[in-house]
Amino acid sequence: MSSTDISLHNDVHSGHDEHHDDHHDQSFIEKYIFSQDHKVIAKQFLFAGIFWAIIGGTLSSLFRMQLGFPEATFTFLEPLLGKWVEGGKLDPNFYLALVTMHGTIMVFFVLTAGLSGTFSNFLIPLQLGARDMASGFMNMLSFWFFFIASIIMFYSLFLETGPAAGGWTVYPPLSALPQAIPGSGAGMTLWLVSMAIFIVSQLLGGVNYITTVINLRTRGMSMAKMPLTIWAFFLTAVLGLLAFPVLFSAALLLIFDRSFGTSFFLSDIYVAGEALTHTGGSPILFQHLFWFLGHPEVYIVILPTFGIVSEVISTCARKPIFGYRAMIGSMLGIALLSFVVWAHHMFVSGMNPFLGSVFMFLTLIIAVPSAVKVFNWIATIWRGNINFTPAMLYSIAFVSLFISGGVTGIILGNSALDIQLHDTYFVVAHFHLVMGSAAFFGMFAGVYHWFPKMFGRMMDEKLGYVHFWITFICAYLIFMPMHYMGIAGFPRRYYTWTGFDTFSTFLDMNSFITIAAIVVFVGQFIFLFNFFYSIFRGRRATENPWKSNTLEWTTPVNPGHGNWPGPLPVVYRWPYDYSKPGAQEDFIPQNVPFSQTASSNLPHERDFE
Amino acid sequence: MVDNINFESSQRRVNPLKFMLWLLIVSIVMMFAAFTSAYIVRREEGNWLEFDLPSVLIINTVVLLLSSIFLHWAYVSAKRDNVGSVKVGLCLTIAAGVAFLIGQWIGWGELVDNQVFFGGHTANPSGSFLYVLTGVHAFHLITGLIFLIIVVISAFKYKVHSRNLVRIELCAIYWHFLGALWIYLYLFLTLNH
Ligand code: HEM
Ligand SMILES: [Cu+2]
Repeated sequence: MSSTDISLHNDVHSGHDEHHDDHHDQSFIEKYIFSQDHKVIAKQFLFAGIFWAIIGGTLSSLFRMQLGFPEATFTFLEPLLGKWVEGGKLDPNFYLALVTMHGTIMVFFVLTAGLSGTFSNFLIPLQLGARDMASGFMNMLSFWFFFIASIIMFYSLFLETGPAAGGWTVYPPLSALPQAIPGSGAGMTLWLVSMAIFIVSQLLGGVNYITTVINLRTRGMSMAKMPLTIWAFFLTAVLGLLAFPVLFSAALLLIFDRSFGTSFFLSDIYVAGEALTHTGGSPILFQHLFWFLGHPEVYIVILPTFGIVSEVISTCARKPIFGYRAMIGSMLGIALLSFVVWAHHMFVSGMNPFLGSVFMFLTLIIAVPSAVKVFNWIATIWRGNINFTPAMLYSIAFVSLFISGGVTGIILGNSALDIQLHDTYFVVAHFHLVMGSAAFFGMFAGVYHWFPKMFGRMMDEKLGYVHFWITFICAYLIFMPMHYMGIAGFPRRYYTWTGFDTFSTFLDMNSFITIAAIVVFVGQFIFLFNFFYSIFRGRRATENPWKSNTLEWTTPVNPGHGNWPGPLPVVYRWPYDYSKPGAQEDFIPQNVPFSQTASSNLPHERDFE
Repeated sequence: MVDNINFESSQRRVNPLKFMLWLLIVSIVMMFAAFTSAYIVRREEGNWLEFDLPSVLIINTVVLLLSSIFLHWAYVSAKRDNVGSVKVGLCLTIAAGVAFLIGQWIGWGELVDNQVFFGGHTANPSGSFLYVLTGVHAFHLITGLIFLIIVVISAFKYKVHSRNLVRIELCAIYWHFLGALWIYLYLFLTLNH
């Protein structure tokens, strides 16, 4: 049987294993464009993510200007945006398109593809001690599908009728009827096509991540010795694999409704006094399908940063992560629960109130594993020998933002309170703290922390601190006041609110938020400068600048194709042996055998010596 | 011992490709889980057109089952290095698969004859769902057929034998899955009609 195995293996896997030894010269295109090397693909995702983040941020600055200064005229935008700001006034349809595209881009293109794509790709093989992903080819396809989806979405921004404008949740009937708003025309079609391709990309990537974690761990790397980053990426991929196909189904049905005259989501609709022929559909059905993806999706966004932050906090506090198993358990719990809470987005959709209380109960349970994680992070920092690198600052701030946003989640999870708060700025504040800001902070932490391994150079710390403080302070300045407005009933997604006396009192507050938003947007250029400057001119990094334990730091400064020049490292211990009493140094990498650390071994570890 | 190159990570027992295929199957299952639960939810809301399933579906089901049996025969023959029957088995599988697709097409024709349409102002979601379920399944079946054709080509190049079973094994898993998926859909539809 064994001979069969080997011949199978050679047949299927040839082309992969031989690659790393004989470094045959690759052409530029093979090496940087259609590369199958997970590190290059990770960087491709990172650059694409940065590109999209700039676009998404620009869009939000535009609509924030409208919200903050409703009476102003923005004639200076006319040369750029043409008829969308006729006479310096933002077109209402343009405003809706801006909000929609901002949400879509940030949630899917930046915080899903950019985040998982970068860090899962980069870290899974490196931290597991693998030469590459299970299938480099599928991995490459995953990026290029994402690239095609990106091009289509980007192109839709320039359509005559504008991009999709029905909100990032694209609820029908608004999104299904081109007669309803201009954005539901060609823009919406391209949105659906782009998202369908995007989902294919995510599935290809996710399948690869899961397979790699299950099959390609190096010797000694049991599941219980994996860094928390890997656990996080693994569960993220599982969530994506289960949730994205459902969005695909929903998108397909919506496409049929829009273009083939079916009525899955449409019924009894009058547009401009004229009755449509659609009968028998149910718009609520779409909401169920959408949020069955939508809620796991928010955890697809946040789980990778859970992992990144755990890793950074433990490394920079020079302490073992507190409650390693509890961290894994809580991530498993969150992943599981995230599939049974979706209807908390639909409390006011006319759902049966009894069903609402079931979903309320399940929703509130999620607070428990979330609290376990927060407690463990704080306990890890507690009395640590903290090394305040920019990555560490971002990680600590992540914990802060996650707490602030999580607490409001519990408030919204109560169906009785949500009746008042739904579709107000309170919800906007909630998810921008817990998802928007926290996930961005986790991503920044990851970039600052793994930049040396990605590019062989260090980012500038001082610029990092400036960038951090601007971003951190502004994040709270922007989103804290929104809670207050939301409680007062200020509705989200309104283009203009000055017509309502109740809300006119918020003029100053809105202007204040807008100014903070623009400051933080401009502040990101510090990061961009630091990032690109450091790629070429940064201080040269050493192999292991943060004195970290995980395997990626045992590779050369610029790991080549195949990651380790010699044999793969072998793992003997968990990744969090920081400041172990009796050890010579305050860290013991995973590939150091117990026989070399006799002075620090615990009683039960003596058996392994 | 420790540095032995034999412990290169890729030499694990589970074939990564097979594992990936199972994951893809999971995602397809989720897609159909979404469709069928949407079907149930929507049906509960009323305004639901009741009609008879096309009678040809039962024949199609049998044909698809037969194709799975042919494929299994081909697989067993490959294990025994009986190259001739591998080819015959695979070709029969493809033929049965194509026959199934034609049968489904006829089934759609029957629906149209009975005034059950996919879209348009007389369409009811109950009919549209039937088209979607069969259509998306047929789409996957076509990808399965493409896979089968690839395996047949390699079988004619004498590349499918007991020491090289991966391809036919993967193909068989996928094809049997599509058969099982159809049986689930068929039972689901009969129970809901
Ligand atoms: C303690 C945990 C959490 C609870 C109990 C919770 C609860 C809720 C509830 C009830 C809503 C619906 C509000 C409404 O529309 O009226 C909501 C919205 C939202 N939550 Fe959370 N949440 C939690 C954590 C999170 C996390 C960790 C994320 C993302 C990383 C997140 C992202 C979102 C998003 C994006 C929305 C708004 C979607 C939209 O309507 O556009 N939440 N949350
Ligand atoms: Cu949710």
